[in-house]
Amino acid sequence: MTDHHTHLPGHITDLEALERCAIHGRSTLYPDRIKILVGTATCGRAAGAQEVLDAVHEEVEGKHLPYAVAETGCIGWCSQEPLLDVWVPGQPRVTYGRVKPKQVRDILADLPEPRTELALAVMTGDDNALTGRRTSYCNGGDRPEATLNGLPTYADLPLFKRQLRVVMRNCGIVDPASLEEYAARGGYRALWRALFSLTPREVLQEVLLSGLRGRGGAGFPTGRKWQAVADARGGPKYIVCNADEGDPGAYMDRGVLEGDPHSVIEGMIIGGYTMGAHEGVIYVRDEYPLAVARLSEAILQAQRSDLLGKDILGSGFSFNVSITRGAGAFVCGEETALLASIEGRVGEPRPRPPYPAERGLWGKPTCINNVETWATVPVVVQRGGGWLAGIGTGGSKGTKVFSLVGNVTNTALIEVPMGTTLAEVVNDIGGGVPAGRVCKAVQTGGPSGGCIPAEQLSLPVDYESLTKAGSIMGSGGMIVMDDRTCMVDIARYFLGFLEDESCGKCFSCRVGTQRMREIVNRISMGKGREEDLQLLEDLAWLVGETSLCGLGQSAPNPVLTTLRYFRDEYLAHIRDHRCPAKVCKELITYTIDPVICNGCGACISQCAGSAILGEKKKLHTIEQAKCTKCGACLEACKFDAVLVN
Amino acid sequence: MIRLSLNGTGVQVEDGSTLLEAARLYGIPIPTLCHDDGLTPYGACRLCVVELGQGRLVSSCTTVAREGMVVRTDSQRVARARRLLLELYVATSPQSKRIQDLASAMGVRECRYEAKAEDCIQCGLCVRICAEQMMGGAIGFAGRGKNRRVARPFDQTSELCRQCGACLYVCPVCELRCQAGTADTTLCNGCLNFAPPCFKTYDDAMCFLDPCHACELAGPFRADARTRIRAASTAR
Repeated sequence: MTDHHTHLPGHITDLEALERCAIHGRSTLYPDRIKILVGTATCGRAAGAQEVLDAVHEEVEGKHLPYAVAETGCIGWCSQEPLLDVWVPGQPRVTYGRVKPKQVRDILADLPEPRTELALAVMTGDDNALTGRRTSYCNGGDRPEATLNGLPTYADLPLFKRQLRVVMRNCGIVDPASLEEYAARGGYRALWRALFSLTPREVLQEVLLSGLRGRGGAGFPTGRKWQAVADARGGPKYIVCNADEGDPGAYMDRGVLEGDPHSVIEGMIIGGYTMGAHEGVIYVRDEYPLAVARLSEAILQAQRSDLLGKDILGSGFSFNVSITRGAGAFVCGEETALLASIEGRVGEPRPRPPYPAERGLWGKPTCINNVETWATVPVVVQRGGGWLAGIGTGGSKGTKVFSLVGNVTNTALIEVPMGTTLAEVVNDIGGGVPAGRVCKAVQTGGPSGGCIPAEQLSLPVDYESLTKAGSIMGSGGMIVMDDRTCMVDIARYFLGFLEDESCGKCFSCRVGTQRMREIVNRISMGKGREEDLQLLEDLAWLVGETSLCGLGQSAPNPVLTTLRYFRDEYLAHIRDHRCPAKVCKELITYTIDPVICNGCGACISQCAGSAILGEKKKLHTIEQAKCTKCGACLEACKFDAVLVN
Repeated sequence: MIRLSLNGTGVQVEDGSTLLEAARLYGIPIPTLCHDDGLTPYGACRLCVVELGQGRLVSSCTTVAREGMVVRTDSQRVARARRLLLELYVATSPQSKRIQDLASAMGVRECRYEAKAEDCIQCGLCVRICAEQMMGGAIGFAGRGKNRRVARPFDQTSELCRQCGACLYVCPVCELRCQAGTADTTLCNGCLNFAPPCFKTYDDAMCFLDPCHACELAGPFRADARTRIRAASTAR
């Protein structure tokens, strides 16, 4: 932990105090000594960042080095985690990737001369997407524009080149546990501007002007929602942040909460001021313990600095935020189910209208927005709605964070302007599918999104285009699939997820997803009939049309899009009892090519089912009755002698 | 009073009426499984869906009528949704006579699913009547998704249960068992085939179709047919 943890900012009651806080933040953000930065968000920790951080502490403390050591959130370079950054005053920040604890000594050895041969890239004052210059939040310190020893700058890297960071403006830069560093990057200035220079109506006008739409999935215009809550009669009103991010493979909200929790809190305070609410609730899933911890700390800091609580910044406006932890139901990301869960009831959606804007939490007008939406609000207020409206497409404004995962070279957490094409995201930013493979489809929008085929990669990523293609924007999961992916298997996977995660209230959703999963299962086992496709389409239509909530209404998307774009794969399973991608276990057999096999025994040692017969230096064979088709032998064989048919 | 268009006819209903109440007030039948006039609307069975304007299908039992609404209870979309739903209901609970009757009445002529005989369709009537009318609250829903079920707290009979039997009384599945819904013949359609198999068991209560022209024509209600069948069943 860094030394400023012991320091808490004093009461911030005027602009000067906020400025003092920011100056203090700048002194830890860009100290007058060497700074070692380790990305310790959950993604980093999973890759071993905690061990790296421990090694850094050991090295620095053991040798009594005068370096500052700090933690930061996720900069989004997932494929290179754990990330370690070294910043020498007067030089660009040098990033090291896939750092192992034992490398730490080497990396720190020659300081203040950074070991550039081990580094990935440098972050210069030029890297506007990251330093936030385009968001004009940061006085970037004294960082030179030039690079170091020919290392690429972030702005040179395809991964970061096309990004524009609004929501993630501070992620991977500030210490999430430091209010001062957030203030140093312009934090809480928007709140100041809202409270002292704008009336609630004027803030609302900015949000309306920005064209900001809900980032949680449905894309409802945020300004209109705010207006409805502001105009609603009765009180007290409530502000809710939906951080129940449950889509498999999606971690945008986690990245923001762990990397920059204050941005969400600031957004919510501004929302409270605009709509006349004095209480906010952040509903965060308990599977994100680090996000909960960092949020709790941020709330505590804000409360101690008078940024939350009574008479914020001396404006007379009062607002407080509390955290409710979700217990792991996907459906609680649906707003009415989420409200029920906060109230302590079973997390099941209820029909709308009445919308939460009329009757929400405890029956009072409530504004629910997603983490990303709240984190965008301070930028809208600070830079004006017109600025955000200038980014993006006709109907979709601003930027969107995506978690780019799956069969893609650079798995990453990225933020791009709306309207960026899928091809740019997958091929340029993501670096395309791994060599020798062909991109087959991109799945967007989580389990209830759809699979967009590779032929449509020129599709711009915005709400309208994705909906037209049969998918949804969703919260921003983006899974790239290559030619080793069976679309029937994908449909089966997502249906299995939805079958488990449907709340079960609506008969059509509960039983419909079960039956769809059974039918797709049957097809993947080669036992399907051609009539099954008609039945699937009927069922998908039924579930989509008659379900109560968004989860059910979008639940058929995986089936509908795979049927629409990959019908031939379904037919191959049904007619030829063949899985073209060689994935569906019931339809494939593993054999060993007698010509190639040199009897090395690698596969024998890997086979958990003892299904491979043979001795060293002699031909191995697979005993089909024992083979569980796990694919371990395929992975183990260095000579590609294992065949899948 | 609220004015709205119901199947193209301008009608007026009281403030706060649901679309289901409005339709029934004007004599338009809407099938339901989870609705009971004495209980809070629940909107789980989805059978009562109606089409709102050009937009989505909504459950009429939970949608409150608003001024100027354009409601269709008889569109092709609604009919298709109800037929597909009932096909699914029959497969889930083939022994519910109520469901079999509704399926026949709505024109479901085949069931493409394998029958599962789960019986409970989780309409929630028992849970609601226990809590709302009997002031019991002895049963509730447990689990989520495919594991959701009506359950007692910790699977033990609650102290709150007075064993009044109201839950059994409202259950659309266990009230009368359909005699036809076996694994082989999921869908009964008995009254349409002029051969209601339940006649032997339920006698006068045999047919719930409203009105069951088929049954009347087929004659099981005719005195001679009735005597004949009754004689046959006593002899057995």
